[in-house]
Amino acid sequence: MADSITAERREIVAGFKFANNAVSIEAAPAASRTNLRATTAGAKSFGKSISLELPTIMHETASKAGRHALKLGPDEWLLIDTKNINDSMVPRLANKNFSAVDISHRNCAFVISGAGAANTLNTACPRDLSLAAFPVGTCSRTLFGKAEVVLYRTAKDTFRLECWRTFATYVRDYLMDGAKDAHI
Amino acid sequence: MLLIHCPYCEDDRPELEFSHAGQAHIVRPTDMDGLSDEEFEAMFFIRDNPKGIILERWRHSMGCGRFLNAVRHTVTDKFLKTYKAGQPRPTDKDIEDLLK
Repeated sequence: MADSITAERREIVAGFKFANNAVSIEAAPAASRTNLRATTAGAKSFGKSISLELPTIMHETASKAGRHALKLGPDEWLLIDTKNINDSMVPRLANKNFSAVDISHRNCAFVISGAGAANTLNTACPRDLSLAAFPVGTCSRTLFGKAEVVLYRTAKDTFRLECWRTFATYVRDYLMDGAKDAHI
Repeated sequence: MLLIHCPYCEDDRPELEFSHAGQAHIVRPTDMDGLSDEEFEAMFFIRDNPKGIILERWRHSMGCGRFLNAVRHTVTDKFLKTYKAGQPRPTDKDIEDLLK
């Protein structure tokens, strides 16, 4: 019998860290991620299968036990599991009324925190990131430079930025440039 | 930077998040075989290029991902109104009111 092969997970910017007086930027640890497209009923049944009620209002988020659900569009959610990083969240149900795709290895994430976090992001992101327009717990797909990213404000001064791993080095370098500007 | 109102996000978003997707309210004929070459050309290739108001499709591609329709002024570049895809075309009177 052939030996089983264990694939080693290699994060694209693993261990990346940068900090100055205004902001600190870190590569987030590996996580399990799922993209979900579903009707309201489909989202409900999917939420049950991962025991997390999915948000129903645009750009809102729900979190429980290391699992985060981000509502990105009228019928689209991004689910992030930071605890069970090697388990897929896609349930093995016979009757599925949703479309869920495991994208754990497509995305990577940065955590940007500190008083200059919003200013750092705003060097390349055109969105209004003031607390009034983008309160804590808000998420949104947007642009960072030329890269498509998902921003999630986890605290007043902390953002999680999810991007495709192919864009990771570009986003990392752009973030460091932005951090220098936010520092001034 | 222009801010475009997304009817799905119910918020004003920077124009960089949007991509243009051609003229809106183009009705595809149900009987494509019955068209003459000239009729097909007119339906498939010929689009309005007015100086003034145009109805366009846009996509909030770097946001919620949805297609939407917009009433835009081609001279001032101003977005007078955006509405969800599938909603009826604004009447001439609606557009006149928007211009006031």
